[in-house]
Amino acid sequence: MVPVNYYIILSAILFTIGALGVLIRRNPLIIFMSIELMLNAANLAFVAFARATGDAATGYSGQIFVFFVITVAAAEVAVGLALIVQIFRTKHSINVDNMNSLKG
Amino acid sequence: MNVDLIVFLGLAVVAVATGLGMLLSRNAVYSALFLVLNFMTVAVFYLTLAAPFIAISQVSVYAGAIMVLFLFVIMLLGTEHLAPSKALPWQRPLAGVLAFILVAESVYLLVGRAPAAGDIVVPDAAVNAMDAIRELGSLLFTQYLLPFEATSILLLVAMVGAIVLTKQQKGGRK
Repeated sequence: MVPVNYYIILSAILFTIGALGVLIRRNPLIIFMSIELMLNAANLAFVAFARATGDAATGYSGQIFVFFVITVAAAEVAVGLALIVQIFRTKHSINVDNMNSLKG
Repeated sequence: MNVDLIVFLGLAVVAVATGLGMLLSRNAVYSALFLVLNFMTVAVFYLTLAAPFIAISQVSVYAGAIMVLFLFVIMLLGTEHLAPSKALPWQRPLAGVLAFILVAESVYLLVGRAPAAGDIVVPDAAVNAMDAIRELGSLLFTQYLLPFEATSILLLVAMVGAIVLTKQQKGGRK
C-alpha cells in the first residue's frame, strides 16, 4: 500500500526535470524529449488521482484522458520533428541559439 | 515497510535517474535511450495503478513509435553532439534555482497544503484482467465518442502536416 501523495511527488519531480531540460539544453531534439517527459509526468498524476479518488466510472475517465494526451503527444512529435528537419535544411544547424532570424 | 512501497521506491529511483540521465548526457542518442527506459518505468507504474491498457499504449506509442521517430531524426540530421554554446551563461544556474523553486512549490501545494487522501493498492491479477479493458473500450465508444473522432482528425491533420513540411519541392531550392 503506497500513499497517493508519493505518486504526486514523483510526478512533480519528473515534471521539473522536464522543465529544467527545456531551460538548459540547446538541442531542440532534447527540448522535445523534455516536453514528452513533462507530458508523461502529467499522465502519471492523472492515473494516480483516478485510481485513488475515482469510483469505477470516473477512474476509467481518467485513463481515457491519458489516452487522449498520448495521442496529442504523438501528433505533436510528428509535426515538431518535421519542423526541425525543415529548419535543418534551410539553416544547416539546429542549435536554438542560431534560430534568431526573426530578430530585428 | 511493505512490498508495494519497496517496488514503488525502486521504480521511482529508476525513473528519476533516467530522467536526469536524459537531461545531462552529452549525446542525444543516449538521451533518447534514457528516455525509453523512463517511459518503460512509467508503464510499470501504470500497471501498479490498475491501468493495463494505458501501460501497453505507453510502451507501444511512446517507447515504440515516438522514440523511434526521435532516433531516426537524430541520426538523419547527425546532431548527436552540439558544441556547447556560450550564449547566456547565467541561464544554467538560474534555471537550477527556478527548477528547485518549482518542485518545492508544487510539492508544498499538492501534498503539503491539500494532501490527497487515499492509498494506492497494487491490484491483484483480477483487476488487471480483460474486464478493465472492456470497460474502458465501451466508455471510449459511448460517452467519449466525439473526442475520439476528433482525435482521429487530429492525427490525420498531423500526418498531412508532417508530409507537407518535409516534402522536397520539385524544381525549388534543394
